[in-house]
Amino acid sequence: MTTTAPTRTTPDQLSVPPDGRPYHDQPQWRNDFPIDWPQDEFVARRDFTKFLVLTSFAFVVGQVWIVLENFARRRRGRLPVRHIAREGSIPVGGAFVFSYPEAHDTCIAVRTGERTWVAYNQKCTHLACAVVPEVAKGSLHCPCHNGWFDLQTGTPTAGPPRRPLERIVLEIREGDIYAVDREIRA
Amino acid sequence: MKRSFSRQQKTTIVFGILSIVLTLVVLQLWLLTATMNAYLAGQQDVIVPAALASVVCFALNLGLLVYVYRMERR
Repeated sequence: MTTTAPTRTTPDQLSVPPDGRPYHDQPQWRNDFPIDWPQDEFVARRDFTKFLVLTSFAFVVGQVWIVLENFARRRRGRLPVRHIAREGSIPVGGAFVFSYPEAHDTCIAVRTGERTWVAYNQKCTHLACAVVPEVAKGSLHCPCHNGWFDLQTGTPTAGPPRRPLERIVLEIREGDIYAVDREIRA
Repeated sequence: MKRSFSRQQKTTIVFGILSIVLTLVVLQLWLLTATMNAYLAGQQDVIVPAALASVVCFALNLGLLVYVYRMERR
């Protein structure tokens, strides 16, 4: 019995599969895990391109998610009016935490004067740590990355934050404090 | 008539395509971070155009990947 040695079918082909058939007749796994270095380089680049296209799809999903979230935010309409405290219960320079508009949206209100209040969402605009009031310094401080915001306006004054805090619009009616709206600012 | 490439040529082509895809993916990453920043700041004007630009980048990437697989089969 005689056996014939497998032969190359193309000049590019360095190694020959055991059954001697050309590469396009070979099972897929043999093409995906080549023995030849030049072919391996091609497959590695092709598969990396495939991975990048998958990443590209993930970015599209992220963009579509933002569009849907924005659409939902616009449809939500006007926020509810919520009673948050009695005016007399907080001294000048004092602060308290409340939730508005949803239970997980923690906000902070500070009494800056006899008839003046400011309120902001407590999430730092850098990485969402809770800001704490430093009334004596006229600031709100984020202790996570040493971010500072102006107490009167909520604009960032130092540290990594670049956007101002979300401002909560307050109304005082007959000694009661109500949260009536939210201002998202650039 | 569709041209058949040698393996060396195919490797060069796929490397060129990889470079283009990588550039487009970096552009998409920038678009996503800029759009998220605009959304969080309440700026709604850029959200839809940025999403469309990202879809166009993905379509280009997908087209290039399909081309790589078709070229490989030739």
